[in-house]
Order: sequence, then structure tokens, then C-alpha cells
Amino acid sequence: MTTKKVKGSQAVILSLLEEGVDTIFGYPGGAIMPIYDALYDFDKHVTHILTRHEQGAVHAAEGYARVTGKAGVCFATSGPGATNLITGIADAMIDSTPLVCITGQVASPLLGTDAFQESDVVGISMPVTKWNYQITVPEEIPEVIAQAFYIAQSGRPGPVLIDITKDAQFGELEFQYKKCRKIRSYVPETPVDPFKVKEAADLINTATRPLLLFGQGVIIGNAENELKEFVEKTGIPAAWTLLGLSAMPTDHELNVGMLGMHGNYAPNLLTNEADLIIAVGMRFDDRVTGKVSEYAKKAKIIHLEIDPAEIDKIKKADVAVLGNSKKSLRMLTDNVKENSHKEWLQRFRECDKIEKEKIIDSELFPTKPGLTMGEVIRITGDKTNHEAILVSDVGQHQMVASRYFKFRKPKSNVTSGGLGTMGFALPASLGAQLGAPGRTVIAVIGDGGFQMTIQELGTIAQNKLPVKIIILNNNFLGMVRQWQQLFFDKRYSFTELQNPDFIMIAKGFGIEGHKVEVREDLEKGISKMINHHGPYLLEVVIEKEDNVFPMVPTGASVSDIILEP
Amino acid sequence: MKQEYNITVFSENHIGLLTRITIVFTRRKINIESLTVSESAIEGVYKFTIVVKTTREQTIKIVNQIEKQIDVLKAFYHTNDEIIYQEIALYKVPTEALYNSDTVEKIVRKASARILEITREYVVIEKTGHKEETQALFEELNEFRVLQFIRSGRVALSRDPIERLSEFLRERDAFLDAID
Repeated sequence: MTTKKVKGSQAVILSLLEEGVDTIFGYPGGAIMPIYDALYDFDKHVTHILTRHEQGAVHAAEGYARVTGKAGVCFATSGPGATNLITGIADAMIDSTPLVCITGQVASPLLGTDAFQESDVVGISMPVTKWNYQITVPEEIPEVIAQAFYIAQSGRPGPVLIDITKDAQFGELEFQYKKCRKIRSYVPETPVDPFKVKEAADLINTATRPLLLFGQGVIIGNAENELKEFVEKTGIPAAWTLLGLSAMPTDHELNVGMLGMHGNYAPNLLTNEADLIIAVGMRFDDRVTGKVSEYAKKAKIIHLEIDPAEIDKIKKADVAVLGNSKKSLRMLTDNVKENSHKEWLQRFRECDKIEKEKIIDSELFPTKPGLTMGEVIRITGDKTNHEAILVSDVGQHQMVASRYFKFRKPKSNVTSGGLGTMGFALPASLGAQLGAPGRTVIAVIGDGGFQMTIQELGTIAQNKLPVKIIILNNNFLGMVRQWQQLFFDKRYSFTELQNPDFIMIAKGFGIEGHKVEVREDLEKGISKMINHHGPYLLEVVIEKEDNVFPMVPTGASVSDIILEP
Repeated sequence: MKQEYNITVFSENHIGLLTRITIVFTRRKINIESLTVSESAIEGVYKFTIVVKTTREQTIKIVNQIEKQIDVLKAFYHTNDEIIYQEIALYKVPTEALYNSDTVEKIVRKASARILEITREYVVIEKTGHKEETQALFEELNEFRVLQFIRSGRVALSRDPIERLSEFLRERDAFLDAID
């Protein structure tokens, strides 16, 4: 292998190019300036997106990663630059999103001296990274970056942070690059055990009320087709977690809806009737299970999972099938009998009917004057042919968007699930747009979350990214207000907002916008947004005190799901 | 039921790994009773012996989370009766305590302790054993005023005839070779 003498800073860029990186999200500063200087010579090979805050950079990298399946890359300087990444890194950790974050650090002789813009980012990020490492000598750069990409993208993906001291960026090395293919202490995925598959298949073949729960593991494993084949062969109803959304078309007859706190009535209620739960790439999050001791008590549990630490963590598995979901689902399909569960499926249909009458009809086709979040989502979904990428923020609108947007294509849902990071959607949507330039990206955001990362309108405008932004404005921190109404005697403690003129703000950034306040303007407004060339902001003023139902109250069992207050 | 569990971790020698491992405990608010780290018989592989008082269920979850760390090779857990373990304690007592009677000498003999150093002012006594034993000796010696006292963390060996790590590393190497 030939080598060439380069500076550490150049080695960083060359290494990223070797990994096929085409987009970097970042923000320069003192300790990362040599890397930015090296980047200046590579503007034809890699796009750098200057966000308006490091948190924007890391969420944008997450958005990019979630739609491409590749690691999102972001740059930040030392000190505050690095600490501003932490929320996004924690978000990526809990939602298994591959990231490679590169931070500049003060020169190595200054480490530990409280130097200007020094922060112990390796220490700070340790609990929220899959792996992190500090480079103090230039020679380590290629190998460590190769390891970073391997670790971030393999097995259960996650964020990796590489901290590079300024002297290592200035120093020289003989550059040669070799992709990392293995690490002695790290096994990304274990081969699927055929005996476990057989055991699982036996349970599946004899179950009378089986229910499959799918999570993001299906999407990360590119196992959408394998899931569909398994479900169609066995006739088993399948329900999704928030992050499993879009892994199976919404209108598939065996797709029985969303699990969890604001999920659908049928899959929550009938979880406790099922005699077999097949959990695929999901981790029994508390928002899914409700009260764990009352959860799925009549069911045996089969858990298909890549991460051994998830087995028996929350819910004890009767059969655990470790490994990649694409492989395990395929093997399972080969081992199960063709079947159908008509009577069992009928139970779901009956519950669906109740939910439709009590909640969905009035949410999607309201007759009262105030606009609902649901009708905005319904029309937006219809007008994008259910083929757009939905990026949602956190709160009531997130639940409504997830429930009603409807998907035909996989890898179309980007949201902050595990961490519930308000402010996620606007920057994530610009990253998603860069990762999927040919697709329509719809960002649905509440008026609260929008103001947490509002400055990224500047990034969207500067890069002419045609993101369609919908603000569902109820002048409240709606989800908190809902809880205050239901569980805190309507004591609306600090949840009402005095909002700015969002359209004027958008215009200030050079982004077109329109405000909809009445139903007559809604369809036209949404059409105008979708047909607009370039970024667009649509503010929809919705009913101030609407609630999201159904709901599994905290600490209640999933079968105690309530349809109305 | 809560009891003492001995968690043994074999890892690569990487800066920061100790923190990554202790975070697994602190995040779950589990107190580490004792922690010992040193290089194992295999060059470059470090061995942690961690003692915690908790349930078996919690211990299994902790071991899984530790093994999930990239630089950790393997983690095991054992109850006290599945291992042979020792701690070492050092006691500093005034030398005059030995002049006045032969009691201290008798205590040292009975405890199978040994004297490491004698100076004009103090004597340093060493004892290995379980915590109850080193503690018992402390109580006895403290009748003569122990000037300084230190007890180490626990070191432990499993009762397996072979080092399970060697076996593990052979399997892991074969697995990794199969990738090529």
C-alpha cells in the first residue's frame, strides 16, 4: 500500500472520503480550525453544511443517518462546541442512530489545565456514546476513524465521538487507509442459532392469538421485506413501535397499528389477550409496555434482537433469537407453517371500529369550528401520496402525525423516540432532505419545539433545501398541558406561550410561508406548500386545548387504555 | 435476594474504560463494594474484579451491559462460594505495644499474620484473608491503638480448572478469522 505524507487535519478529511462520506454537518471554532482549513481544499468532494448551532449539526446528522442508514458525520470545536453536541448524541444513542462526531480539542500539553475552551468531552460523552476516543498523535487518525465508522454502523448502531487535539491536527503522518472489519473485543452481531429459530417456529405454529411487535430493528436491518413475508405467511397481526413506523405499509391488512401510550386501541388492548408475542427489533420501552408486571401476562415471548443486553432486560423472553433481523426473520419464515388468524384478527377490527367512532372520525374529519392536528396530517399525507418522509418533533403533534400520516415506503419516518428531544425536527429535516434529495420531506413541529432550534431556518435557506415545515400552533406546550389537565387539576403551570409571528420570521430568513387559521384555507394552504419550489413554512393555528387520545396513563396497564378523559 | 456477587471483567487496555464500566453501576445506583484492576496472565488483557451487593437478576443485567462496551472482551459473575478470594490488610501499631507484653505476638501468630517492618516507633503487620478475618484482627490490634490501617480490594479466582478467558479468546479468534 502506498503512503503519502499529510497533516493530521488532511488525514481526517481523507479518511472521511475513504468511508464514502459526502455530507458533513458542522460548526467551526478555534480548536478545529486546522480540520476546517483542510476541508477548504475538498469542497468538490464533500458538502459541508454550516448549521446555526452545534445541536442543529448533530440532529441534522441524525436525520441524514436515519434516511440513508449510513453514519451521519458532524464537526464541532472544543468546549461549548463539543458540549452542544451532547443532546443529539444522547438522542442518537437511545435511538440507535449511527453518528461519527469529530470534535477539536485543545493542544495535548494543555489537556487538564482548564485551558480556553477546554472541556472533557470524552468524559462527558462517555455515558451517551457507543464508543469514544481522544487522539493526541496524528499517526492514530486513520485507524481510529476507520474503527469509528465500523463501530457506529455495525451491530446495533450508535454514536461515536472522536476528540482530536489541535497538535495532532497540525502534526504530520504517513497516510494510508484501511477500513476496519473487526475488533477483537467487539462482536457486532451473533450468527442466528437455527435451534432457537426452530423453538420459536414451534411456538408460532401452535399459537392461536399471536401478535407481532416490530421496532426500528427491522428498519436498521433492512428487513422490511422479510417482515412482510413472515407476516403474510403466518397471517399474524403486526403492530409497530414509534420507531418501527414505516417498516410496513400502513394500509397492509395485517398492520394493526401503533403500540404504546398514544398508540391504537386494538394492539394495546389485545397485547394482554395474546398468547404469543413476537417482538422484532424492539426493546419493550416503558412507553410501549405501560405497567410491565401487567404486560402481556398471557403470552409467551419470542424476542428477535441484535443486542444481547436487551434480552430479558424488561420482559423475560421464552425464546430469544439473537442476531440480525433480516437473517432471523428469513430463517423463521422458512420454519413456520402457512396460517391465518381470521377470528383473532376480527377482534382487532372490532376495536378499530370503536376507536374510529370515538376518536379518529372527529380528529380527521372534525365538524366543530377549531382545526385539529389530525386533519392537517390527513390532508398532508393524502397530498403527498403517502410517499413523503415525515420528520416530527416531540409532543402532541408527534403522536398525531405518527398515528395518521400513513406510509407506503420504508425509511420514511424520522422522529426522536427514546430521548424525546424537543427541537429535533427542524434540523433533522434538513439532514433528511440532504440524505434523500429526491424525496419530499415534511417536518411537523409544535410551536414550542420549533422555537428550540428555530435558527436552523437559516441553514435551510442558505442551502436552498426544499423542506416543507408545518407548525401546528396551539400556543401551548400541548403535551405538558394535556397532562396538567388530566393529572394536575388543570393547573397550567408555565405551558402557555406568547409566540412570535412565525411567517414574518420565516420571511426574515428568506423562506416563504403562509398562516392558516380556518378550515376553508387548509387544503389550499397545504397544496401551496407542497407545490412550492424550495423551502416553505406553513403555520396552522389549531384548537388550543385538544388532547391526544387514546392514552395509556403512566403506570397503567396497556389494557387499561382510555379512549376519552 | 441481595447478596455479594463477584463480577470479573476482561478488557483491552484502553484509557477511560474504567469509567465506562463504573458508569454501568452508578447509572443504576449500585454501590461498588470493592474494585481491583490489574494486568491478567494474558499480555495486554486487563482483569477487573468488582464486588457488589445486589440481586442475581440485576447482576446479570449489569454483566450484559458491561459486555456491551466495545473494549470489553468478556465478563463473568460468581457468588462467593463459586470462587476463591482474598484481600490483604496492613496494620501499623506502636512498637511499645510489643515491648510491654507478648499479647500482640500471640495475636499475630493466631491470625497467621506476619510482620513486615519494625522501627523504633511502629510495627507494620500484614494479613491476608476475607474481610471478616482482617476486620477481626483490626479489632484485636486496636486494643493497642492501630495507628494506620488499609485493606485492599478483593482478588478472586474461579474454581474452574482452566482460565475461561483463554478458552474464550481461542473461540473469539476463530470467529474473527472466519470473517476474512
